Amino acid sequence: MDLRFTPQELAFRDEVRAFFRDALPASIRHKMALGQRPSKDDIVTWQRILNAKGWAVPHWPVEWGGQDWSPVQNYIFKEEMQLAPAPDPLAFNVSMVGPVLIAFGTEAQKRHFLPKVANLDYWFCQGFSEPGAGSDLASLRTSARREGDHYIVNGQKIWTSRAHHADWMFCLVRTDPAAKPQSGISYLLIDMQSPGLTIRPIPTIDGEHHFNEVFFDDVRVPAENLVGEENKGWTYAKYLLGNERTGIARVGASKQRIIKAKQLAATIAVGEGTLAETERFREKVAAIEIELKALEITQLRVVSNARNLPRGVQDPASSVLKLKGTELQQAATEILMEVAGAHAMAFQSEHLWGTATDEPIGPEWAATVAPDYFYTRASSIYGGSNEIQRNVIAKRLLGL
Amino acid sequence: MDFDLSEEQRMLQESVERLISERYDFEHRKTYMKEAPGFSKTLWAQYAELGLLGLPFAEKYGGSGGGAVETMIVMQAFGRGLALEPYLATVVMGGGLIALAGSEAQRTTILPRIASGDLLLAFAHSEPQARYELSDVACTARRGADGWILDGQKSFVLHGDCADQLIVSARIGGEQRSAQGIGLFLVDAHAEGIGRRGYPTQDGLRSAEIRLSGVKVNSNAALGEPGNAADTIQRIAEHALAATGAEAVGAMAAAHELTVDYLKTRKQFGVTIGSFQALQHRAVDMLVHLEQARSMSLLATMMLDEPDPVERSKTISAATVQIRRSGKFIGQQAVQLHGGIGMTLEYKIGHYFKRFTAMESMFGDTDHHLAALARAGGLL
Repeated sequence: MDLRFTPQELAFRDEVRAFFRDALPASIRHKMALGQRPSKDDIVTWQRILNAKGWAVPHWPVEWGGQDWSPVQNYIFKEEMQLAPAPDPLAFNVSMVGPVLIAFGTEAQKRHFLPKVANLDYWFCQGFSEPGAGSDLASLRTSARREGDHYIVNGQKIWTSRAHHADWMFCLVRTDPAAKPQSGISYLLIDMQSPGLTIRPIPTIDGEHHFNEVFFDDVRVPAENLVGEENKGWTYAKYLLGNERTGIARVGASKQRIIKAKQLAATIAVGEGTLAETERFREKVAAIEIELKALEITQLRVVSNARNLPRGVQDPASSVLKLKGTELQQAATEILMEVAGAHAMAFQSEHLWGTATDEPIGPEWAATVAPDYFYTRASSIYGGSNEIQRNVIAKRLLGL
Repeated sequence: MDFDLSEEQRMLQESVERLISERYDFEHRKTYMKEAPGFSKTLWAQYAELGLLGLPFAEKYGGSGGGAVETMIVMQAFGRGLALEPYLATVVMGGGLIALAGSEAQRTTILPRIASGDLLLAFAHSEPQARYELSDVACTARRGADGWILDGQKSFVLHGDCADQLIVSARIGGEQRSAQGIGLFLVDAHAEGIGRRGYPTQDGLRSAEIRLSGVKVNSNAALGEPGNAADTIQRIAEHALAATGAEAVGAMAAAHELTVDYLKTRKQFGVTIGSFQALQHRAVDMLVHLEQARSMSLLATMMLDEPDPVERSKTISAATVQIRRSGKFIGQQAVQLHGGIGMTLEYKIGHYFKRFTAMESMFGDTDHHLAALARAGGLL
């Protein structure tokens, strides 16, 4: 047992760190360091830089552009990316639709989609939730009726993140209304330019536009865009749950926020000293750091143990990652709120996106703090709310 | 990065876990508690046979040269069984102090006798007024005719009543809270001038109040150079924190399993209570606490060999905070989820809760370690 990185792993970390230092465009780094939101262009630009290096999808099989890195290397890579700080490659592409296509897609689908998914030539969004199907996702009703070479899709999706940026949607649709809820669902790829498909924005509590409603009115989808078998879509959607959950804790991102909070607190006068010197602040931060360190080790245990487990078997420790990871992401945004104090209260959207031409009200870094705090509440809701995670863990791991 | 146990470590784990599961069910434990020293002498001899009592010592002292991971493995198993034997007092702290600070002659005389099960030690360090300050030592050592004369009061001396020898911290100079001027002395527990008052602790172990009145020891009773013991005391406290951390993790895992089993068997309203979501979620939160504590116990164990004292002590404080908080949550919720059964002395679950509670104040409570870490600038 040795919890330190090996010399090879350290050398790899240095290589990754050096690449991020040199290859990440300064304007994107500047935005990310300030906590500003990367634009669509920023995300596309960065993912293409990564892809040119062969690093957009390192966790994929080598034949589709993966790097055959060890789990520890993949971990180091993600951690360094969050610390850089650089935008994550688009998760819908690299962690969701890509792995599903690799596992269940046809040869033609893989050849067509995978290179474009990796290079972000196609931006995918996820069409899962519906107004009546949130945590109870299997009750979804958007229907797809087979008509010759096409499916005719009717219905509505909701909370569709970044649908307004997307070229494609991977979508769960009901193809057999008579079957049990989980058995009548199929996994379709839908072109967002299809006639009959409309998008309506849903502003979120940070005052921004992330989510959308997507309406389908007799949208014709070529049958060749069905992934895997008809009525097996639920299996494909669940496939991701048992795998690759290690990115979900976002330890690097929380670390980066905490480091920032400490640096900023040292600049804020309180009494004779600074906020960073007050006992209350230091102990609060230390308490978060402890849990974050524990989560980091838990994550490394999962990563390191992955090679000892048969595929599809979940490490009990992995159950901690989503729950604790999202709690700590939220705690980190909350501590930044406390650091910013009243400065966080000016609503200035252009300073959140880095598109402002005027001077910010208050310190520049403070403009992003409240939106970040508000939006991060979503982290314990999306991807299966933390309450659903607890249900799943109770059933699968504890046998309750 | 490698979390796997070696083949030898796995064998050690299997044998000590087997011993505990065969010899340490709850009924056995009650019998052991009633034996004169408050634990099982027979089992102690078996630990010696298995090589557990010499585990961390070098081979030339009758040990097997094990490291922090081996100690962690043993302590986890002891935690699961709520073992009563003075392993922490004698092997981890007593033997640890001799190995860290003792002369070659002291190591050669003492360590093999610990390993063979013939000698019990206790670390007489805490004092009633010190709370958690390791360097708060009012007990004095002054020069006598051919050695030292010790006077003072020691409290919370774990297994101090059954020990054959005590390792006593005493001040040869400096202010009461100064890190300078503390010495460690090896004292025969039956020496003239020693008054011992043993008592049972809340968790069923044994402890003692010890009064030293003009206790004479000769010069070679000192461990290391008297006056410079603060670092040694800090190190042994870290070893004790890592060891009890591992013990707590073993106990948490067992308490969680017992609780989940109870949820699966207890029926109310015609169904098992484990079918209720409120209780399911609580059981999951207990699991999260357990896994976080397990991670920090591993980290603390690995950090014992870290050469940088600041990094080492910060990380061990961090681990201690996590483990203590997890233990408290799991202990309290285990009792809650068991309902009335959790309140009875006749059932095991409450005894885990009591053990977590007792461990909470050893070498600094949760707030003490959180404050220490915060003062040192935190982890990031």
